[in-house]
Amino acid sequence: MLVINNLHVAIGGKIILRGINLEVKPGETHAIMGPNGSGKSTLAAVIAGRDFAQVTEGTVEYFGKNLLEMAPEERSRKGIFLGFQYPIEIPGVSMVNFMKTAVNEHRKYRGLEPLSASDFLKVMREKKEMVDIDSKLANRSVNEGFSGGEKKKNEIFQMAMLEPTLAILDETDSGLDIDALRVVANGVNKLKRPDSSAVVITHYQRLLDYIVPDVVHVLYDGRIVRSAGKELALELEEKGYEWIRNEVNNQTGYGD
Amino acid sequence: MENEHERILNDVTTGEYKYGFYSDIEMEKIPKGLNEDVVRIISKKKNEPEWLLEFRLKSFRHWLTMKMPGWANLRIPDIDYQDIIYYAAPKLNKSPDSPDEIDPELKRTFDRLGIPLEEQKHLSGVAVDAVMDSVSVKTTFRETLAELGIIFCSFSEAVQEYPELVKRYLGRVVPYTDNFFATLNSAVFSDGSFCYIPKGVRCPMELSTYFRINAANTGQFERTLLVADEESYVSYLEGCTAPMRDENQLHAAVVEIIAEKNAEVKYSTVQNWYPGDREGRGGIFNFVTKRGICKGENSRISWTQVETGSAITWKYPACILKGDNSTGEFFSVAVTNNHQQADTGTKMIHIGKNTRSTIVSKGISAGEGQNSYRGLVKVLNNASGARNFSQCDSLLLGDKCGAHTFPYIEIDNPTAIVEHEATTSKIGEDQIFYCNQRGISTEDAIGLIVNGYVREVINKLPMEFAVEAQKLLQISLEGSVG
Repeated sequence: MLVINNLHVAIGGKIILRGINLEVKPGETHAIMGPNGSGKSTLAAVIAGRDFAQVTEGTVEYFGKNLLEMAPEERSRKGIFLGFQYPIEIPGVSMVNFMKTAVNEHRKYRGLEPLSASDFLKVMREKKEMVDIDSKLANRSVNEGFSGGEKKKNEIFQMAMLEPTLAILDETDSGLDIDALRVVANGVNKLKRPDSSAVVITHYQRLLDYIVPDVVHVLYDGRIVRSAGKELALELEEKGYEWIRNEVNNQTGYGD
Repeated sequence: MENEHERILNDVTTGEYKYGFYSDIEMEKIPKGLNEDVVRIISKKKNEPEWLLEFRLKSFRHWLTMKMPGWANLRIPDIDYQDIIYYAAPKLNKSPDSPDEIDPELKRTFDRLGIPLEEQKHLSGVAVDAVMDSVSVKTTFRETLAELGIIFCSFSEAVQEYPELVKRYLGRVVPYTDNFFATLNSAVFSDGSFCYIPKGVRCPMELSTYFRINAANTGQFERTLLVADEESYVSYLEGCTAPMRDENQLHAAVVEIIAEKNAEVKYSTVQNWYPGDREGRGGIFNFVTKRGICKGENSRISWTQVETGSAITWKYPACILKGDNSTGEFFSVAVTNNHQQADTGTKMIHIGKNTRSTIVSKGISAGEGQNSYRGLVKVLNNASGARNFSQCDSLLLGDKCGAHTFPYIEIDNPTAIVEHEATTSKIGEDQIFYCNQRGISTEDAIGLIVNGYVREVINKLPMEFAVEAQKLLQISLEGSVG
């Protein structure tokens, strides 16, 4: 589904990613871990099409097509969903209107008629129950005045509405208490289909108690320095990022 | 992606002003320049009574003593008032057999603007007075309205047919000495609409005037007079467009509204004069004086404006709240994109007791546009129990535009309660990307965000026009971000 090959990315002239290789197959859940500043969010931004990140080398293919040539909205319509680390507020735009516009754009892309208002509200109600979200959220403006936890839950709700093929969750767990974390993780698990995949970006291991990954990657200084099964997350939790840092520096001979 | 880019680019560069065409219509024009003779010629062409010529002449003489106001937050290039044609009228070519028939080219022009001049083609019940350059070319539904005693006709016809009414009200709300542009208008105004709603009548349809500038080098100086007698109601809408030209054109209008006891007037404007090109060449200079008086008790005047056009907008629709318990409202959306400048707001003058006013102003600046809100709330010493609420919001798109707020509050009565709230915010790349990431294109995202921001004001427009206004906003802002 997603094949990243030798990806180099710079932001404002500063090199952030230095040759990422990653393949995500249908049905897989990947976790990307790493210390702050290692380039995790940049990787998410490049996949979603944020234009401040310049790709200087390498390729990203999505179902065999060059993802980097697609506009962000096209990527979304093709099934890529980004759960934002910091969801954005849009005052005066109701969640209903926002989601209705988004869902109908997705439907139009697939050659389907727009949903009627009543059908849409019905779908919205179902999804709200599914991801266990306060129904009052839908009547408010997009993320306006939401608490940190509400914003993150709202991301999962939007994910439920858009039913992505590839979900990238960028530190969705940060700033959540344990109950909110459970809601978010349960939502992600419920939304999993046999053909859909998820890339979970996280700083901490605890989210991976709820969302069990097939593969864990460690991103350090713009490279994936280690990939292994879910046990890698536990090892990281135990030994800390210092351990990776030392290992990498010993191997390559460069250090701080 | 290339194609997509090209499409957006194309939409942005060619699609932005739909009404920029010019109609090749035979015109009757007088030579450029302004002097007493020109004032006399205009009056003569309109076959006006002596008192009206006198009104024009004293206005003109007064205007000669005035200077253009410099207090607005606008950069106004020098305007050469001798380089303007003050009267240009399409030749109506009326055949003697059917005097009501309209020149087919004129009809085509208004059809292209979405304003059919044939009554049967109107879907919604809207009566239209269509004004091109200096004259009204057609007023629809006159007869239907006349059955209720409603007078709705061009200003010129009103002068001929209802001279007493015109004489009684003309210049009563905006005196001929009022300000530079209103005084100029009082001297050279050529046409406009006149409307009288008799006592106890609720006008059953929207009344509207559609102003079109067509001729080059011509100024448009129209005058609208709207009188709502006791216990009456009317909702009135005006729209404006002009061809795309590299030269600036002057538009200086005056609107006067009189609301008697228990009368209610809603006056809505969708102003879409040609705004100039992306580099700021051309566009209409729009200097307008609009004022209503709530003369009788419990009367209400409500101004709603959506200002998307014009290179320069200078406009402060005002309410004089003279009658006790009267209400004035002002709801405004003003957009400045590219090099447009707007200095707009309102004046609420509380004279009567327990008078109330509400001001909601939403400015949107994009490109290098400069947008100023200027508003006066004045409570006189007898106006006990006066109440005002003002809210001024500014939205910035991009980092080269500007938003400014100039509130003036003058309170001479200690019982007054006046509230003022103001916010400034910015549409960020972040908001747009967030929408993109959910599958919404950038153009649609801007539309969504802006419409969310202005919803409160748009909801005040008559429903038929609210949708149009939303589209217009979106078009005005195309290509303004990213």
